[in-house]
Amino acid sequence: MVAPNNLVYDRPEGFTDTPTHYCPGCTHGVAHRLIAEVLEEMNIIPRTIGVAPVGCSVFAYNYFDTDFVEAPHGRAPAMATGIKRVLPDRIVFTYQGDGDLASIGMGEIVHAAARGENITVVFINNANYGMTGGQMAPTTLPGMKTTSSPNGRDVETQGYPIKMAEMLSTLDGVGYCVRRSLHDPKNIRLAKKAIRTAFETQARGLGFSMVELLSTCPTNWGMTPVNALKFVEEHMVPAFPLGDYKVAASVAQIKV
Amino acid sequence: MPKELWKGNEAIAEAAVRAGLQAYFGYPITPQTEILEYLSRRMPELGRAFVQAESELGAINMVYGAACTGARVMSTSSSPGVSLMMEGLSYIAGTEVPAVLVNVMRGGPGLGNIAPAQSDYNQAVHGGGHGDYPRIVLAPSSVQEAIDLMGLSFDLAEKYRMICMVILDGSIGQMMEPAEMPEMKPITERKFDWNTDGAINRERRILSSIYIDPPAEEVANFRLAKRWQEVQANEVRYKEYFLDDAEFVIVGFGTAGRVALSAVRAARAEGIKVGLLRPITVSPYPYEVIDQLAGRVSAFLVTEMNMGQMFDDVRLAVRGRVPVEFYGRTGGVVPFPDEILAEIHRIAAGQWSVDRDPRDSWQTRMASVIER
Repeated sequence: MVAPNNLVYDRPEGFTDTPTHYCPGCTHGVAHRLIAEVLEEMNIIPRTIGVAPVGCSVFAYNYFDTDFVEAPHGRAPAMATGIKRVLPDRIVFTYQGDGDLASIGMGEIVHAAARGENITVVFINNANYGMTGGQMAPTTLPGMKTTSSPNGRDVETQGYPIKMAEMLSTLDGVGYCVRRSLHDPKNIRLAKKAIRTAFETQARGLGFSMVELLSTCPTNWGMTPVNALKFVEEHMVPAFPLGDYKVAASVAQIKV
Repeated sequence: MPKELWKGNEAIAEAAVRAGLQAYFGYPITPQTEILEYLSRRMPELGRAFVQAESELGAINMVYGAACTGARVMSTSSSPGVSLMMEGLSYIAGTEVPAVLVNVMRGGPGLGNIAPAQSDYNQAVHGGGHGDYPRIVLAPSSVQEAIDLMGLSFDLAEKYRMICMVILDGSIGQMMEPAEMPEMKPITERKFDWNTDGAINRERRILSSIYIDPPAEEVANFRLAKRWQEVQANEVRYKEYFLDDAEFVIVGFGTAGRVALSAVRAARAEGIKVGLLRPITVSPYPYEVIDQLAGRVSAFLVTEMNMGQMFDDVRLAVRGRVPVEFYGRTGGVVPFPDEILAEIHRIAAGQWSVDRDPRDSWQTRMASVIER
């Protein structure tokens, strides 16, 4: 046992003590931890309701120590809308992957953002469908090999990656919309700050907030965890530039 | 309360409000749009939630989310829109949360038309979303009955943590009739032991339709089935007309039942001993009363505004003991009482179709109408 005064790293209160089911090296665990830390720091654990997606993070509800519901594939923003509209003083967030949010759930996310629903969306972009075994996602990079683009994504027949943060930032209902990455400690710290700002945006009723997080999928990418992090830095970041795509004037006042 | 002239769709909306509706999510589609329009005004003035969703998919999943909080929540749509909602309906059933869905049915399949129909009976009663799940389905035949059933639908959904659908054809939604509204019910704070409204001073809760371990899903399906047995034992509702001395019985729900009643009255005036059974709950279905009737009447006639969907349920209850005939209109066509009366005359004269599916001989009888 570590003496309490020597303890520098512990499980945040926003977590249950359930070990995650994620593959070794996957950044879902990092993203989960950042959210759990923010919930603890903002002291909002009891009044937070999470909405889990369909995808690798389908079991997210096992890991956060808050009320949770589990949405049909892509419909998390609609479920979150239903919850938030009847319980406006609760904190409601969705956690969605790229297949869930940018493909099957495109209609739900765009309209939740357009309505300015006071919800927070954490969007994990790892450029493939992780849970079903690594198929091409709307965010798969041109030329990237997946199990359903075995010769590499051919933009002539399979189209181009969708840049969600840029797209949603054009909508007036959006208060805060940024892209961060989880590929190194500095970027992880920046990601946490963005997640905090997104939840603060909601807590103040300043509109829809989303943080897109560039993430790894070592298993389906066929890479070691370290190489997967390098892939994010060298290939994902250039294709999906990090940055603040929409920070409403009222949100810019928030100090975190 | 005094009777007022109410349009069916608006009456449904106001009755839901008075039953304590806390949140409504919908999408425009004829012939139910007046419900959405009415509530777009009414809900905000009461400080209650209203969202015009981006699609029926969005609407039913907003219903799903709100239902998880324990709020009284409803969506309404018409046939093609309800088809889109089937995904959400299955999840709502699998999660065991209460929700009310009104289907103001129109002619189909596909885009069909916007005229009254009952052709979503099988979807509502027997099918719809994926997986094993029961659901309660109520079928009003007048504006007044629609009002009365709205309050019941919320109570039943909540009591059994189950979907309660109200199915009516477009004519009930569109027509105006004198009707009496119930008193406004205050929204009471209801405490549940299952809802996810924030883990304030309690253990956290999860609401999900996922049972990744197959034996656990099997247990869940048995739990739903057991609850359904309770519903079947306690919630069957129907209305009888002239059944005491009836030799022949017509079975019809909603508008088809109402049209049949006019035909039954005309036949009675001629001295024909015919009665009417009008199921109000089409799920749970009144099998038992039909089973009993089959022991003492000489024939049934099922009349519907579809190709013969409820017909199968009547046959299931009759179990071949007496002939079960069929007469329907479909595609958005409403039968006239004279058409049903002609069928009553045919059956009273003993001309029934014994050697083939009665729906086939009905199609033959319809040839002169269809092959115009």
